[in-house]
Amino acid sequence: MSTEHHTPVSLSSVKDTDPHMQPAAKNPEKVERRIAWTLVLGLVSFIGFGWTYWIDAAPWTLGATLGAGFTFIGVGMVAWGKYLMPKGPFVEERHPLRSSDEERDAFASVIANRGGSVVKRRPLLGALLGGGMGVFGVVALFPLLRSLGPLPKKTLTHTDWKKGSYLVTQDGRRVHVDDFIVNEVATVFPEGFQDTENGQAVDQTIVIRLDTEDYVTMKGRETWAPAGYVAYSKLCSHLGCPVGLYEQSLQLLVCPCHQSMFDVTVGAMPNFGPAPRPLPQLPLYIDRDGYLRSQSDYNEPVGPGYWERS
Amino acid sequence: MTALTTKRTKKAAYGPYGKLGHALNELDDRIGAAKARNFLDKVFPDHWSFMLGEIALYSFIILLATGVFLTLYYVPSMEHVTYNGSYAPLQGQRVTQAFASSIDLSFSVRGGLLMRQMHHWACDIFVGAIVVHMARVFFTGAFRKPRELNWSIGNTLLTLAIVNGFLGYSLPDDLVSGTGIRIAYSILLAVPGVGSYLAFWIFGGNFPGTLILSRFLILHALVIPGIILAMVGAHLFLLVRQKHTQFPGPGRTENNVVGSPMFPVFMGKTTGFLFLVAGVTTLLSAFAQINPIWLFGPYDAAKISYAVQPDFYMGFLDGALRIWPSWETRLFGHNIPWEVTIPALILPGIIFGLAYAWPALERKITGDNEIHNLLDRPKDVPFRTASGAAVLALTVVLFIASSTDVIANFLHISLNTILVVMRVLTIIVPPIVFYVTLKICQELRDVENSSRRKTPNMVSRTAEGEYVAVPAPHHEDDQHHEESPIQVPSFIDESSDDGGSSGTRTVDR
Repeated sequence: MSTEHHTPVSLSSVKDTDPHMQPAAKNPEKVERRIAWTLVLGLVSFIGFGWTYWIDAAPWTLGATLGAGFTFIGVGMVAWGKYLMPKGPFVEERHPLRSSDEERDAFASVIANRGGSVVKRRPLLGALLGGGMGVFGVVALFPLLRSLGPLPKKTLTHTDWKKGSYLVTQDGRRVHVDDFIVNEVATVFPEGFQDTENGQAVDQTIVIRLDTEDYVTMKGRETWAPAGYVAYSKLCSHLGCPVGLYEQSLQLLVCPCHQSMFDVTVGAMPNFGPAPRPLPQLPLYIDRDGYLRSQSDYNEPVGPGYWERS
Repeated sequence: MTALTTKRTKKAAYGPYGKLGHALNELDDRIGAAKARNFLDKVFPDHWSFMLGEIALYSFIILLATGVFLTLYYVPSMEHVTYNGSYAPLQGQRVTQAFASSIDLSFSVRGGLLMRQMHHWACDIFVGAIVVHMARVFFTGAFRKPRELNWSIGNTLLTLAIVNGFLGYSLPDDLVSGTGIRIAYSILLAVPGVGSYLAFWIFGGNFPGTLILSRFLILHALVIPGIILAMVGAHLFLLVRQKHTQFPGPGRTENNVVGSPMFPVFMGKTTGFLFLVAGVTTLLSAFAQINPIWLFGPYDAAKISYAVQPDFYMGFLDGALRIWPSWETRLFGHNIPWEVTIPALILPGIIFGLAYAWPALERKITGDNEIHNLLDRPKDVPFRTASGAAVLALTVVLFIASSTDVIANFLHISLNTILVVMRVLTIIVPPIVFYVTLKICQELRDVENSSRRKTPNMVSRTAEGEYVAVPAPHHEDDQHHEESPIQVPSFIDESSDDGGSSGTRTVDR
């Protein structure tokens, strides 16, 4: 191999007999045979795909035959291009994109003079048209934006929990004070909402019976945890995943999404992970018949933070 | 003083065109933007008939914009729900989610009814504008070499527009559109040889199945619009590449284009025209009710309504189906449903096939293989004009035939009579239109100066009492003044308002 073979030539000047036009393979016939066999395999694989589809064979055979077909054809074509086509190298000159000074001046003149003069001569029309288009642009957005859905209003700050709502489990059973042993947890909903979209998504609450000795009563929440029952919103204050794991020995609620942890003995304060706020606590009371009920709605929005949250 | 100097220096640094010129130069460094001047200098000829295609283009833009809005609310589900929306007469009825969501987006979504009406009106305008645009191209011979490819693209666009119009019309799942789908299914069945397979594959089983609306939606809102968009791009690319045709006139040759430059004249006017098309469409939608699906009610395969007509562009097919005789043959143990296959498949196949083939046919017949950039006047090519008129007449008669029941009811004539009349008209009207158009064109062509301004004759009585008509001398107002075209100037200077070197030439009409 002399070095002249490695000097790039221009396609316009090269002749058919030029060494640049020779295939890269030393033994083209041998390579051709191999490529032919590869293409045969591809063809057979495609037939196989048709056949497996026809007999409704297992899905992996469909993928295997089709994938093999693509691969063999691909390998064959790339090898053909690499070993049997003119090896080059060839060169193409790169022309600067920049136009000549005359062209640039003429272009600027078209924009600035021919186009600009249209507006410059009639500034009133230009301003009115610009204003009209601007207003159109703004009002055209309204059907798209405002019609898309209602305004949030109070839906983000309120849940279906009300004064006196019974705590019921998914199957609608009311939670009685004697139902739980210490450290037992359950997911509850306000009675009547356990089957609704909003109940599932927003009202979900986790109730835990704690040993009253472990529980740290927080200021203003003295009556919220009768008989050691505490109830927290199940929506993580990070991104709203259900806080579905309860680590009994540490008395931590763990969010499986990003591993935020909340200490249930101190008002579900976050003590690990990205969650910025404690889980909102639902104030409970036990009625005369011993059933757990809520004193009121949550006193703050449940779930993740947002800019409009007060 | 210093501030002023700085300002001046800066301006000088930016060159004669200031900041704008600087920005343009930066753009040119990167993508060679200055070469776009050729595009900005492109000249478009002015003639009212050249804006017909623009109407189609702009109604397509309206279709895209309003269509996006509709997809935000439409639910392509054939599952039945109990309607519980704001339209009282329907409350408590079992309807498909598709129908319920179409009603809701009309009545419960703010601006929804306007958007739906605009989408429907824009569709009718779209197809109508394509047809009229095609007629212009056909009758003026604009399809001739080198523009045959663009003619074919336009033909395909018309087909796609009709198909997509039908698909969209089917989506609300109201009584009328559901009936339309039923008919389309039956037409599919009549495709020679493979009809039943085709129908089952498209519908995912026997009619109606549960899939057709979601399949229609993806075709109507993604696949076909995508193809239309690509073909519109190709159509416009070819138009720019080949330059627009023009009518013969002063200074106009096969080798030039006379008109206004792309920038800013044509751009300004055409953008204004976009707003005009949008304005007409919106006003129509505001004041003219179209496709009131709440009056038709939900589709029920066992229900049907009187006066069920498709949108106008499907009318010629429906009319052909109505008036075709009930021929059906048995051949080798097979049923050949001629009564559907001929009017619904073969007939449109012939009409559209003829349109595709026409440029080649005309080249072959006339032996004219020249490049044509100057348009024909329809009267100068009687055979072509008469043929086009005959085909248009055929579609119009078939369109009227799609209302046989309404006509019979309106005129209190038996439906049978109307049917026979329409059959006769279908056969005799196209040849009559052909012959009459041919004769009119030949007459106009052969009359000398027929397209020129009439010159008055002065009739005077001689002393002997004989009357003689003498052509009156040219009056000044009879002269048509037209400025001879000049190259597109880069500058429009206040001082050169008089057009510089361009003179006024007098054209004798």
